[in-house]
Amino acid sequence: MKYAGLLVLPAGFFLSIAAIVLFPAPSAASRVAFVLCGLAVESLGLAVAFRGHMEAKNTEARREPS
Amino acid sequence: MNPPAAVPLPVPPMLSETACVLCLVLLLLAPLAVAGMALVNTGLGRSRSAAQALLGNLAIVAVTAIVFALVGATFTGALNGVGHTFQLAGKPWNWLGAGPLFLGGLSTAPLQSQLALLFEFLAVALAALIPWGSGADRWRLVAGCAAAAVTAAIVFPLLAHWVWGGGWLSQLGVNFSLGWGFLDPGGAATIHVLGGLSALTVIWIAGPRKGKFPKEGFSTALPGHNAVYVLFGCFVALVGWLAFNTAGALLWLHAPLTALPATALGTLLSASGALAAAFTVTRVRFGKPDASLCANGWLSGLVASSACAAVITPIQALVVGVIAGIATPLLVEVFELAVSIDDPSGAVSVHAAGGLLGLIAAGIFAGRPGQFLAQLIGIATLLGVILPLVYLLFWLLNRIVPFRVDPDGERIGMDLHELGGGAYPEFVIHRDDSYR
Repeated sequence: MKYAGLLVLPAGFFLSIAAIVLFPAPSAASRVAFVLCGLAVESLGLAVAFRGHMEAKNTEARREPS
Repeated sequence: MNPPAAVPLPVPPMLSETACVLCLVLLLLAPLAVAGMALVNTGLGRSRSAAQALLGNLAIVAVTAIVFALVGATFTGALNGVGHTFQLAGKPWNWLGAGPLFLGGLSTAPLQSQLALLFEFLAVALAALIPWGSGADRWRLVAGCAAAAVTAAIVFPLLAHWVWGGGWLSQLGVNFSLGWGFLDPGGAATIHVLGGLSALTVIWIAGPRKGKFPKEGFSTALPGHNAVYVLFGCFVALVGWLAFNTAGALLWLHAPLTALPATALGTLLSASGALAAAFTVTRVRFGKPDASLCANGWLSGLVASSACAAVITPIQALVVGVIAGIATPLLVEVFELAVSIDDPSGAVSVHAAGGLLGLIAAGIFAGRPGQFLAQLIGIATLLGVILPLVYLLFWLLNRIVPFRVDPDGERIGMDLHELGGGAYPEFVIHRDDSYR
């Protein structure tokens, strides 16, 4: 799950880069919206990675002898 | 898309001789930031790992200097201003420096280029030092040095070239009308966010300290062993930060000498506002101010100022510092309690979050159209490229040089296990309650 989250992060980066490549300079609103979407995707990826870390930690704790 | 080619980058305006001399003096003071961070890292760890922690800090500085001289400096392209470029959407994208090998041509390079290289030498040491505190009490010395070598050889040069060496992030203004391009004169992104994200990666890979997160109940508090080291480290770090921020303003923004006092004042006010806010927040939360969280607040104010002190007014820097000081203690708590991040030095909250806050503040307050967007794209690059890259490299490194010490080493402490002697041999070692 952590790896899935980390793989989502570059997708957000490419969305942000697409914003400046696809939209010419005057269309500031479209650019900002696209870049914010990219950052939102990265936030989702981070959330999944953190969740994966917690699940791995809980699984490990269950395996440890008491 | 054309194939990458090594091309000369746009030539930056030359600094006057006086500015170069001042810059050199400032850069000779900048290692105090490294010394301050080393003290903070050591003080926030446990007494049975103190000697290993401080030796690790020193070893990391040495390793980064050697590796950066042999490999990293080539990819930053600081000495000759040449980079590899490809064309996309009709614009040049400069993605990698193409400097001489083994610092070739150092003595004949312009003084300004030599100073830029010296700045990068100190910056990479600080960036590699940050995760060391987060891996305290379980990260092996050899593995820490290997991770520092990877940072100095691959990750830092790439990012430093993009931000400072005329790379694509710094050219966002020229190519896409986004303000001045990505602004990071004091190294908030290249040093602190990189260091903070590396710290997060180390924590993910090495796991928490034994006994930190018991099966039942809340996490166990494992407080730092020496608040004096931590707080004195904050004082020492201030001098280094003042030097980094003002030297960065000279080198990367070509600021006039008259602008430097305001940059230094902004740095001081940001740290002061952050300390006052952290003091208040911890007093309200716990009834008394918490020394280590106040130190973290001070450092987060300094980190935030790295991005923005040179481009905003001192009063705006104070506001940024207050926000950083409020956020840091809360983030430390959230990371530990909500997402099980065992970060003894608080590097993720202080360096990653503080750095990102400073970068956003620079975009908001710099007052140039498109600047905010340039900063957001820089942040997207840090999270979308640098974090996965660091994780991949450290994950591979962990397969070759295991990060985590064996359970016996963790039980007796890193000093005895790795060095054969403790930092405080005359102290009585108490039994550790977390192992009951």
